[in-house]
Amino acid sequence: MDFIRKWVQALFFLISNGYWNFPVTRGIYQGPLKVICSPGLNCYSCPAATSYCPLGALQQLIAGVRLSLENGQIFVGFYVVGAMGAIGGFVGRMVCGWACPFGLFQELLHKIPSPSFDIWRPLRWIKYAVLLFMVILLPLFVVDDFGFGHTWFCKYLCPAGTLEAGLPLLILQPGLRESIGLLFFNKLFFLILFIVWSVVASRPFCRTACPLGAFYGLFSKIKLVKLRLDPDKCTSCEACHAVCPMGVRFNESPEDMDCISCLACSKACSFNAISLEVGGLQVAGKESGRLTATQAVER
Amino acid sequence: MKKKKSSQAAKIRKTPFVVIFVFLALGAVGISLGEPSRVLEQAKQICLSCIGIG
Repeated sequence: MDFIRKWVQALFFLISNGYWNFPVTRGIYQGPLKVICSPGLNCYSCPAATSYCPLGALQQLIAGVRLSLENGQIFVGFYVVGAMGAIGGFVGRMVCGWACPFGLFQELLHKIPSPSFDIWRPLRWIKYAVLLFMVILLPLFVVDDFGFGHTWFCKYLCPAGTLEAGLPLLILQPGLRESIGLLFFNKLFFLILFIVWSVVASRPFCRTACPLGAFYGLFSKIKLVKLRLDPDKCTSCEACHAVCPMGVRFNESPEDMDCISCLACSKACSFNAISLEVGGLQVAGKESGRLTATQAVER
Repeated sequence: MKKKKSSQAAKIRKTPFVVIFVFLALGAVGISLGEPSRVLEQAKQICLSCIGIG
């Protein structure tokens, strides 16, 4: 299953970044496909990006909400939030495990042989603060003399933007190098921090700082496609704890907001206690060739 | 057979469908207000300060 997931991740990476003419044009894609929402974190200033980043678009709309209202345009983010919410209601954080280019990047970094460290669990709450403050409140309320806010998350934190847009554009357009300053080095610091951290820990950005993952996580209890735990089959052996790339203790919280439905726990469970369901109906799970908890106890 | 079908139908969770519908309706409101053209306009431009340059 992990093999299939890697192919799906690669496919989404290519779909989200399908404009390969950028070395010739030295600019970004400007076609009509950019009206489509990218499900994962994928900077739309990336030269190859063919869709819009929901976080970038949402911050831009919120930052400019005063000006648009003054001009009689009600651009408050309905279209973007509608797309994000529909994706969230459908698969939630499954996007992170199957369709996010930056998630794939972190997974590949974690394959580099190195000591592995866990991430302190309370750090997972930072991403909700990032969503609330850097994506919504600060762009809305901290405005300049013209009434325009800033895209705080993109400007000060997003490592995907630095990796996919900042660095490539500096290579493609050498004239931009004169413009780099403290802001760029701040962003570069966060990119390097998360790259190094990804080598020694699994998906640190997704677990601690990603506001898009935080938003999708809000749908963990109500999303259409999710993992299901059969408590009758679960022996609390904690095999699912060891394999989860997000540090989720699945048998303790099967509707955890950090579960990315990567199915690693389902594969690791020897008792067929974890399965995939769509709208309440089981669609995938291992066949009962292995022992159930009751059978194991009886033996 | 009929009984089996009805018991299966009872297990189907309706909440996700309601949530998806609500957000799709929200998106449709955004479309009717002309938001996609604004999003497209933004996405076509390179926001240098947004990527840490300038």
